[in-house]
Amino acid sequence: MALLKMKFPLQRRVRLAQGLWLLSWVAVMCGAFTFCLGIYLKTELLRRAEVMDNSEIHVVPNILILVGIASIGTNMFAGRVCQDSLDPARFPRWKPLLLPWMAVALLLCALLIASVVLSYCLQGSLEESLKVGLRNGIRFYRDTDVPGRCFQKETIDRLQMELRCCGNNNHRDWFEVQWISNRYLDFTSKEVKDRVRSNVDGRYLLDGVPFSCCNPSSPRPCLQQHLLDNKAHFNYEHQSEELNLYNRGCRKALVDYYMGLMNTIGPGILSVISMQLSVMVSLRYLQTAMEGAEALENPEDESEGYILEKGIYETVAEAKATTLSFFKFGTVEAETTDAEKAAPESG
Amino acid sequence: MAVLKVTFTKAERDKLAHVLWVLNWISVVSGVILFGLGVFLKVEIQKRQELMSNHEIDYVPHMLLTTGIVACCINFLGGKICYDCVDTTKFLRWKLVMLPYIVCTFFFTFCILVGALMCYTMHNKLDELLYIGLRNAMRYYKDTDTPGRCYLKGTVDMLQIHFQCCGNAGYRDWFHIQWISNRYLNMSSSEVMDRVRSNVDGKYLMDGVPFSCCNTYSPRPCIQHQVTNNSAHFNYDHQTDQRNLWKGGCRQALLDHYTSIMQSISLIVFLIWLFELLVLTGVRYLQTAMENLLRQGDPDSESDGWILENSLAETARYNFNIIKNLGKCYQVDDDDPNINIPTIAQQEVPPRQILLEK
Repeated sequence: MALLKMKFPLQRRVRLAQGLWLLSWVAVMCGAFTFCLGIYLKTELLRRAEVMDNSEIHVVPNILILVGIASIGTNMFAGRVCQDSLDPARFPRWKPLLLPWMAVALLLCALLIASVVLSYCLQGSLEESLKVGLRNGIRFYRDTDVPGRCFQKETIDRLQMELRCCGNNNHRDWFEVQWISNRYLDFTSKEVKDRVRSNVDGRYLLDGVPFSCCNPSSPRPCLQQHLLDNKAHFNYEHQSEELNLYNRGCRKALVDYYMGLMNTIGPGILSVISMQLSVMVSLRYLQTAMEGAEALENPEDESEGYILEKGIYETVAEAKATTLSFFKFGTVEAETTDAEKAAPESG
Repeated sequence: MAVLKVTFTKAERDKLAHVLWVLNWISVVSGVILFGLGVFLKVEIQKRQELMSNHEIDYVPHMLLTTGIVACCINFLGGKICYDCVDTTKFLRWKLVMLPYIVCTFFFTFCILVGALMCYTMHNKLDELLYIGLRNAMRYYKDTDTPGRCYLKGTVDMLQIHFQCCGNAGYRDWFHIQWISNRYLNMSSSEVMDRVRSNVDGKYLMDGVPFSCCNTYSPRPCIQHQVTNNSAHFNYDHQTDQRNLWKGGCRQALLDHYTSIMQSISLIVFLIWLFELLVLTGVRYLQTAMENLLRQGDPDSESDGWILENSLAETARYNFNIIKNLGKCYQVDDDDPNINIPTIAQQEVPPRQILLEK
């Protein structure tokens, strides 16, 4: 009661081998494609590495890169097997390697499915990492003279301009940090001293934002200072003004960007998985059909190909028995030697 | 005394025909590349169309587009001809077409060369267009409520951010125009009234620039207003502070951008031109070899191929005579024996002979 049995006359076997050879080279292309997708995703994540606190999300592109390289090798092997399959002299040397090959191919498919699942599950971790990274970026915005932090200003400015966002959650995040360095503040002036004294930590806080928060689509020249003071600017009301600065926060902008990227990559990965599975199934049919043909008196006769020799349950039971007997191998031998020792004693 | 004569055996002729067939198909691809380059250039110019004062510069991408299409057609025909040249019977079909085809293609390759040179010389025209276009765009920066100009603010801001430039030639260009609309100016305030009255045109001029001029690499938060007033900001000297605003002007930045595109395109077009000439030379050799073969009569024999049958001077003289005699087709030809032209000697009747006979 073989699973999904099919009959293969010689002509069909030949066509299966040729078709599978072509399919395996397409699968090699898919492996290269997966590798490129992994590299692309990794580059995109590395570009914004300065505003990310941890690199847990990097596991997704890493898996894609590894699986891409492995599947190139695996499918080239499958192509080679197909080439030799129609030659009865060369096929037998590949036979023992086919079962490990199936295991490796299944593992690759599982890894790809895992990467797709992880890309959704790690969204929370990504958001957390961005929250901490952006908070630090905003906090160290003014430290352009501190080694190790001097690029934060440029990074945050370019991030806000490229992604059209402002602050962590919104532009009010800038009101809570001192983003102007003390080097540029006149501490003899009364205004500066008042502001510094008005809060516990002695920071120069103001209701202003850096220029990179400005929205170029605003009809009005950008208002960066005294944002909460309607009287400071002519014809201005901060509650109804929506176009002056970017409305969304950079954390949301980045999360949306990366989720969009992974959603685009997702269908590509799923099609690669289906391609790999089809290569696996076809190779299994080819293997069983060729083995069946070898066993016949006339190798050019019709043979049968199947996925599994016996039904699913029987195959699982057999596999279980084999594994158990493998572990019991030592104890069975000890029992027989004891029995042998007991026999001459009794006899 | 043929120019660059080469003798071809049958096998060599067949190989030449096959090679030329492949090369013609590669030339079709190069024609597609030319077309693609034209499309690319048109898109690039279209993207910054608002900053150019008129569409005069459009002739360059249009030239590339048409040249690309014509190149595809010509080389497609050339491929077909070369494919048929292997067989002498099929060659007879194309025999009369081949020479005009070669002459036309030769003149067409000049068009490709002209296309390459045009890209190279576009520079000056572009400079002028950009100067006027940017000046107008900056002038209408504040007109975000005027239909037809409302998007210019966004365009100029994005341009300055993207190309890291400020103003036409430098940031001081912003000091000479009113870039804040009257809608956002409190005309009742004395400060505003003073500024407006201080110049002839009644414009609100200030030593400030839009936010898009701010340099992201500056260690200091951007100083946009009172840029030339050192005392307005703590620890600030506008002459020595080089990193506050973008230094370069947008005209130069755009010019450099387009010049680099143009140079790459003109290089590629030049290479395509050389390739076309090479293919054309091969087709000429094939044509002359096949014609000489037909003259000899034996399809398997050797034949000669050349660029010109006689030397360059003789060919030029011959063609010049043809052109000269084109207009003289109605003049009588003295050497033609079929026409009976009574000469003056025959017409003369000697009077003495008649008298003597009488």
